Amino acid sequence: MAPAAFYQVFENVAEKYDVMNDSMSLGIHRVWKDILVHKMNPSPGTLLVDVAGGTGDIAFRFLNYVRSVRERQLQQKLRHQQNLSWQEISKSYQEEKSNPLGDSQVVVCDINREMLKAGKQKAQHLGYSEGLSWVLGNAEELPFDDDKFDVYTIAFGIRNVTRIDLALQEAYRVLKPGGRFLCLEFSHVSNPLLSRLYDLYSFQVIPVLGEVIAGDWKSYQYLVESIRRFPPQVRQHFSACTNVQSYFPNNGGGRWLIGMQVVIMMELFLFRRS
Amino acid sequence: GQRQQVGRVPLYPGHIPTSPLQKALLAAGSACVALWDPYRHDMVAVLGETTGCLALPKLRDRMRNDPEGYRILQERPRIRLSTLDMARLRGLPDGTLGREYVRFLEDNKVSPDTRMPAKFVDDEELAYVIQRYREVHDLMHTLLGMPTNMLGEVVVKWFEAVQTGLPMCVLGAAFGPIRLNARKLQVLATELVPWAVRSGRNASCVLNVYYEQRWEQSVESLREEIGIFPPPAVRV
Repeated sequence: MAPAAFYQVFENVAEKYDVMNDSMSLGIHRVWKDILVHKMNPSPGTLLVDVAGGTGDIAFRFLNYVRSVRERQLQQKLRHQQNLSWQEISKSYQEEKSNPLGDSQVVVCDINREMLKAGKQKAQHLGYSEGLSWVLGNAEELPFDDDKFDVYTIAFGIRNVTRIDLALQEAYRVLKPGGRFLCLEFSHVSNPLLSRLYDLYSFQVIPVLGEVIAGDWKSYQYLVESIRRFPPQVRQHFSACTNVQSYFPNNGGGRWLIGMQVVIMMELFLFRRS
Repeated sequence: GQRQQVGRVPLYPGHIPTSPLQKALLAAGSACVALWDPYRHDMVAVLGETTGCLALPKLRDRMRNDPEGYRILQERPRIRLSTLDMARLRGLPDGTLGREYVRFLEDNKVSPDTRMPAKFVDDEELAYVIQRYREVHDLMHTLLGMPTNMLGEVVVKWFEAVQTGLPMCVLGAAFGPIRLNARKLQVLATELVPWAVRSGRNASCVLNVYYEQRWEQSVESLREEIGIFPPPAVRV
């Protein structure tokens, strides 16, 4: 499918994106996104870029996480200082109120204006405003400076990138040294029976759901096909330590921390930039 | 897994080939959504297409066996704003089909261009038949003298159910009244439905009328010719 046609798919899909995600993955995608943010374990002050993050799922979870970490930090601080004066206690509360995220920030970057719009509306509706920004951009050519972010995430987005190698190079470029790259994606189902059932569900049911829920058969047909098309070689490259180096020519032979978890239908890849 | 192509080629622009399983799922899904939200016209359309596999060929055969219907199948006229000369129709005398049709469109603020094209019908000629049925629906309103409110739509559905046998019309006729209040239900049951059913049975096939060539004909004379009885004198 030509890039322009693919853009149209997400324009059509933006409004009903969340409903369709639930239908397609039977709600499991929520669990995976929770796991992603837990694995990320961001501390207050973390700067995150969520690429292809359109409707903000990862961004909102990140904000919730750092907020609760920050709350716990402040509570612990108070507990360790038993003899605080009333002035010092109220100063502490003020600190919490004025900086609940501890300077953490997330930038949601998406190539599609409609997805960003849908995300902004969701943010407003759910009450997220601080520490959150929305940027229109292409994963293959990010509008950010080098060495900027602590964490880079891409959830269910990398299979839609035409030049995955460019996207990875960009991820490497915008990450600070020691920064982490986390990628969540649908996986091949290796069990043959599960694979047949999953294929049946994907090709027979999902376009029907697209038609009935969103009035759009073709976009969901495309989404199902794009999941199938995600080349297995890329996954193999992700999982094999040695092969990853080929995607990062300026690597200089640094250490790579790689983790991968596979459960039904989705995998999470983690790398650390040297 | 292998790429599961349904293995069919599109037969007309906009055609989406579907497997029997997909048709069944579409029929069930669209029925639920159409019941829950009757303003999802696209779902009503999908329901019609996925359940019409028996009724549509019968309709097509009735058209083939009638000289006027046969011509319609050959010439494939479409009712669209771009093909209608609205100014001319508006200028026709009151009581003519053309004048009353335009009056109906304007009073109810509807347009013939909002009809969905067929997607899930696996035969190019049958796709035209269901398209024709959709485009002629507004003319049914005009001939039956029914507005586009819920009550009017239900009455037209009863008429169409008897005329076409399309399951979607039968379902619409059966479930449409759920949303009506008691007074309307009474009028429906005692006067409107009996008249619609009698007319539907008595009338010749409404798809066999080349409406585009009869704009100057009076509604009354057309009703008589087709076999539709005069509407009861109730406020709809």
